[in-house]
Amino acid sequence: MRRTLLATTLLLASQAGADTPVLTVYAGDYFTSEWGPGPMIEAGFEETCDCDLQFATGDLLPRLLLEGERTKADVVIGLTSDVTAKARATGLFAPHGQDNSALTLPIEWTDDTFLPFNYGHTAFIYNETTMDAPPASFDALLEMDDDVKLVIQDPRTSISGLALVLWVEAVYGEKSGEVWTKLAPKILTVTKDWSASYGMFTDGEVDMVLSYTTSPAYHMFAEEDFTKKAAIFPEGHYFMVETVGKIAQTQEPELADAFMAYVLSQDFQQMIPTANWSLPAALPEDQWPEGWAQLALPEKVLFYSEEEAESRKDQAIETWRNALSQ
Amino acid sequence: MAQRAQPIIGTTGIAAGGFVVVAVLLSFLGIGLRAELGRGIEPAEWAAIRFTLQQAALSALISVACAIPLARALARRRFVGRGVLITLLGAPFILPVIVAVLGLLTVFGRTGWVNTAFEAIGLPTLSIYGLHGVVLAHVFFNLPLATRLLLQGWQSIPAERFRLAAQLNLPPRMVRRTLEVPLLVQVVPGAAALIFVICLTSFAVALTLGGGPRATTIELAIYQAFRFDFDLARAALLSFIQLFLAGSAALVALWVIPNIPLSAGLDRAVRRWDARGGLQSAIDACVIALGSAFLLLPLFAITLAGVQGLPQMPIGVWKTAGNSLGVAMLSIALLLAIALPMAGWISTRRAGGAEAIGLIGLSASPLMIGTGWFILINPIADPVPLALPVTALINALMALPFALRILVPPMRDVLTTYDRLSRSLGLNGWPAWRWLVLPRLRAQIGFTAGLTGALSVGDLGVIALFADPDRATLPLQMYRLMGAYRTEAAAGAALLLLAMALALFWVFDKAGRWHAEA
Repeated sequence: MRRTLLATTLLLASQAGADTPVLTVYAGDYFTSEWGPGPMIEAGFEETCDCDLQFATGDLLPRLLLEGERTKADVVIGLTSDVTAKARATGLFAPHGQDNSALTLPIEWTDDTFLPFNYGHTAFIYNETTMDAPPASFDALLEMDDDVKLVIQDPRTSISGLALVLWVEAVYGEKSGEVWTKLAPKILTVTKDWSASYGMFTDGEVDMVLSYTTSPAYHMFAEEDFTKKAAIFPEGHYFMVETVGKIAQTQEPELADAFMAYVLSQDFQQMIPTANWSLPAALPEDQWPEGWAQLALPEKVLFYSEEEAESRKDQAIETWRNALSQ
Repeated sequence: MAQRAQPIIGTTGIAAGGFVVVAVLLSFLGIGLRAELGRGIEPAEWAAIRFTLQQAALSALISVACAIPLARALARRRFVGRGVLITLLGAPFILPVIVAVLGLLTVFGRTGWVNTAFEAIGLPTLSIYGLHGVVLAHVFFNLPLATRLLLQGWQSIPAERFRLAAQLNLPPRMVRRTLEVPLLVQVVPGAAALIFVICLTSFAVALTLGGGPRATTIELAIYQAFRFDFDLARAALLSFIQLFLAGSAALVALWVIPNIPLSAGLDRAVRRWDARGGLQSAIDACVIALGSAFLLLPLFAITLAGVQGLPQMPIGVWKTAGNSLGVAMLSIALLLAIALPMAGWISTRRAGGAEAIGLIGLSASPLMIGTGWFILINPIADPVPLALPVTALINALMALPFALRILVPPMRDVLTTYDRLSRSLGLNGWPAWRWLVLPRLRAQIGFTAGLTGALSVGDLGVIALFADPDRATLPLQMYRLMGAYRTEAAAGAALLLLAMALALFWVFDKAGRWHAEA
């Protein structure tokens, strides 16, 4: 009896599935929560495609690597630029098929596999009510009193932590070791991930936290709190981007292509800033949501290509580890 | 005691133990299938191994050293709110690390309550960051566990022993020597080994409170190898090292535990004639006050933040709380099915080394077990619908060593004490469980179930690897909130989690002690 019931259910389920095509989108874990960008993207895309968009969340790259050819993904959204090299090496991805000239990034983007959908930069965030003299440059940050305390993320376990060591590498090159030695007494501690660092900052345990240039936007637009600022340095800020990629062996190539186009659409681009607290990758500044143009953003943007980041990464982490282990 | 027929036959226990070994080893096999050979152990990793051992050993020693006076004081005193206090003291153990760390920092951090108070009265401020901070945090997590294990030991001393000691007019020093020290010798090594193993796998706490990369543990290296470098061979190698260290510690500790049967009393309420003196009471009161302040202040900080955050908590969080409850129930069922027969088997053996098997689930990184199973399941079935059951199983495996530590000593006593009686009655197999073991171990089974449920609710586990949107658990949802700047709502979720874990613990613990002396 039970077996019949199960079989019937399965049959019904597969019939229901046969009516509308399903696009399976793998997304980062944070994506599909009710406050994340997922639900809006799903609703927006389903209006245009006559299909069923289904998100599957989890650890993007580990999951893709584990599944390999057996992956059920049609599209993968949320791959950061530090993992695109490994993702590319799987051979699972097809060209994104979109025109890169539609992008409004502060850097030139020539990759034809991974398509950016939002970006930000590394930055130290402070509270202007408790910090009267924020550093005006990276050099000034190094010269600050050792009583000013920072919290950063570990480059071995966190993307933003990795971006920080690459940032130091890009600004100071061979002098990175000295820079870390100067920073070490100001670094109160190092956390495994961004959340713990940011929690320590909002709890008032530290003066500055390594985060993103877009972090003040959350406080401004979600909390009407205008006291959190990003310290902007003329030496430049490290660029961080999230991308979307199309799986080559997808059973729904047209839908996947439609989704890639949707990512660049004005609809998607206008909702991504407040849904994901990041800057839209393909939207001129005058079309950003209201107030976003007030955000303090760097003039100069630093970025290592995939290969360059890969070749510098290990040494940069080692320099960091040595200086902070003293 | 010669090895003779026992009321409990070990076959099911051996099978349960075998299941645990297979479940963990299969996951390693899964990883092995996908791993490519890599480098050997590097200098930085040797440093991580050294630091891991150092902090774990210190944490275990200090936790147990602090737990002895606290458990003794709690065992000797009866006061209003004692039961509630004992339950609350267990809370740090089940907190998700990020919540506990932020709670600890609110109290002991650079701008925390302690330093604010010190500053106000003109004392120099203290820095929590460093090896001492790591140990402080680990003691915060594990002191409650050690206290509970010791307290249980103390309560297993029959009331008649203390009565006899009082009749003989033994001074406190002699009571200690004749009754308490033999007990400690039995309980302390196991408790210390357990805490050592828990601290071996610590990672985020050690890094944050250790103040940076000096405080790198093996688990961090495993996480890095797995999540960042995706070097499965390396992750497996490091996991093996961790497993080996944990296993050796456990074997040493469990083999030195002497098997001293306590023999049964008449289950009378304990009265401590030896502890009536004014000085004794004052010391006990002091110990209880200090211990409670240390454990409860951070919890109070978490509650305070949580209450403010509750109104901002999105509705979806409640649904994930339901998922977590389901996982916890399944975990408890799985755990009891594994732990009871295993405890029975171990109790009938002369040496306790077999209990080390129980530790492998805890010392193998859950990330590894989860990944291994993902690799194995993936070709056969879609792992996503199995995410919650697999999480429950892994939670049960992680709770197993605690369960055994709680169940084995009293079960050994029961089996030894009632050996003759049960054999003369021909009590064997299931009837022996039904009429002898289960009723006499009710309190411990309740405690075990409560602990497992609470641990399971608080554990992020492996769900993060492949949770689909509808199958999130409460801790995962809390991390998502934190990751989306919603620190206050996350604090609310953390409070909900804390309340749920405590409620689960309380219900099962209480049910176990229904009509029984605590």
